[in-house]
Amino acid sequence: MARVVLEHVHKSYPNGFVAARDVSLDIEDGELLVLVGPSGSGKSTVLRMIAGLEKVTSGRILIGDRDVTELPPQARDVAMVFQSYALYPHLTVRENLGFGLAVRRQPPAIIKERVEAAAESLGLTAMLNRKPAQLSGGQRQRVALGRAIVRDPLAFLFDEPLSNLDAQLRSDTRTELARLHLRLKATMVYVTHDQVEAMTLGTRVAVMHEGVLQQVAPPMTLYREPANLFVAGFIGSPGMNFVRGTVRRADGCMFEGSALSLPLSPLDGEAAGDVALGVRPQALSLVPSGNDAPWRGTVFLVEALGSEQIVHLAAGDVKDLVVVVPAEQRVAIGDEVGIHVPANAVHLFDVRTGMRLGA
Amino acid sequence: MSGRVWWRAVLTALVLFAAAPFAWAIIASLTPGAVLGGAPALWPRNPTLEHYRALFAVRSFWLPIRNSLVVAGTTTVLCVSAGALAAYALARLEMRGKRAILAVILAVTMFPQIAIVSPLYMLLRAMHLIDSYPGLILPYVTFAMPLAVWLLVGFFRQLPRDLEEQAMVDGASRWQVMRRVVLPLSAPGLATTAILTFIYCWNEFLFALSFTLGPERQTVPVAIALFRGQYQIPWGEILAAAILATAPVAIVVLAFQRRIVQGLTAGAVKG
Repeated sequence: MARVVLEHVHKSYPNGFVAARDVSLDIEDGELLVLVGPSGSGKSTVLRMIAGLEKVTSGRILIGDRDVTELPPQARDVAMVFQSYALYPHLTVRENLGFGLAVRRQPPAIIKERVEAAAESLGLTAMLNRKPAQLSGGQRQRVALGRAIVRDPLAFLFDEPLSNLDAQLRSDTRTELARLHLRLKATMVYVTHDQVEAMTLGTRVAVMHEGVLQQVAPPMTLYREPANLFVAGFIGSPGMNFVRGTVRRADGCMFEGSALSLPLSPLDGEAAGDVALGVRPQALSLVPSGNDAPWRGTVFLVEALGSEQIVHLAAGDVKDLVVVVPAEQRVAIGDEVGIHVPANAVHLFDVRTGMRLGA
Repeated sequence: MSGRVWWRAVLTALVLFAAAPFAWAIIASLTPGAVLGGAPALWPRNPTLEHYRALFAVRSFWLPIRNSLVVAGTTTVLCVSAGALAAYALARLEMRGKRAILAVILAVTMFPQIAIVSPLYMLLRAMHLIDSYPGLILPYVTFAMPLAVWLLVGFFRQLPRDLEEQAMVDGASRWQVMRRVVLPLSAPGLATTAILTFIYCWNEFLFALSFTLGPERQTVPVAIALFRGQYQIPWGEILAAAILATAPVAIVVLAFQRRIVQGLTAGAVKG
């Protein structure tokens, strides 16, 4: 197992497209780092550069303190699980699992032993002599996983490994992966566009957007203190509500939107000019109209999820303000309600730079 | 329903149209020479193997068969093995001028054979290769290689790139990737390429006629063409020889039919 370090890694293609811009990451030994971002954000490119499948334009990559920047994938001793699983269709499960050892000319007895141990731990023993075409999606996924485990590599790389599974299997396999990481204590880099996977699996989560690392932090920090507008909007479901306005500093701090205003706890620094006020749907609550709630709105859609309800309101200049309320609260379309905004749940962002303001 | 009947009728007509000459050739090759000039029959009257016996007893037909097998076989092995390496490089490696190389390879086939048969003859004579196996194999490889490379580039491009990348990350060298992953997976493509190359060489006539001097090195098509004497054409023997020359290829193609169709249509539909 090893530490994986990226130093100012830059990747641009001959056509001018920049896939990664000055990416620096220090992935600790035994850490599971999740790279998350929308498609085209460069997260897969970063993973492929660690694997050696893409050359870096500039910068350095170290695996276990060894500079591997110029090394081909064969010499890096990492294992990768592809989204397509990439099982060799002409080989049996046994041969698939043992491929990495066989090409390194390990003795057959050792290959047999390690393949069978991995198959045992993944419940694949009964399928060792089958071909991939005779396996279900979940079984294929486990073979791909097993092929990585058998190698005992310096680091595991996962490229959206769950996105081809159906919802139930995806959640089971996610749990299995989390347990696998606990058991192996291996360094893992996991690419996904699914924020639930990112939040549940990651020791730390790195959010990427347009080739730039936005924030690298433990999942709860990302959720509670998003570093900028992009992270704030990307992490959390339903997404954070944003209200445009300005901050006025006469007699305490005051957020003033065109229709929605809010007194703020005192801000550090020079928060002036245009800001975006962000507040999570889970932080807001609905109170009867006429109450002294700071905002008011009209309900136009209610989505009942069983455990909770997602209420969409038109409030001032915000056309779709989302509030998550308990399942038992009675809300109906057309209701005029007050919206309670806890002062400590508010995030402020500079509209110009997108950066978080205050603490 | 009537659409299906129509379809079957058209198919039957097409098959009859295509198969009739072969059927006639088989029937005629089994018909005694004395009645060959008579009206064609649907079944040979007094069937006989006399023409086939004459082929081997009188004309040493095993000689041209041997020559054809050696020339076509060697050309096929060379084309498929060297062609696979070239095609893999052209399909997968990043290098400058890939398109230009492919275009030049294709351009080689654009010269009509008849236009280059004289210069080739001079060249082969200078190399003392006239009336030798290499003297036929060399030009055949030149002509068949572009086809092989183009077919194989197509097959290799259809292989999922993930598999090769997976193999590289697993620690396989380029050579191991080729041998353990790419070649086994492109077996249908290799078989198709081999069969098409073999058929091309097996049927080739002009070069075989021009670059050989006698029966020692003549191939099957040339031998058959030279059956006709000054005063007579031995139709029975010619047809018997044609059947013997066609049958092995037809049997191989039928045996591998499914693979060839798979190969020719691979990637047309997913899965």
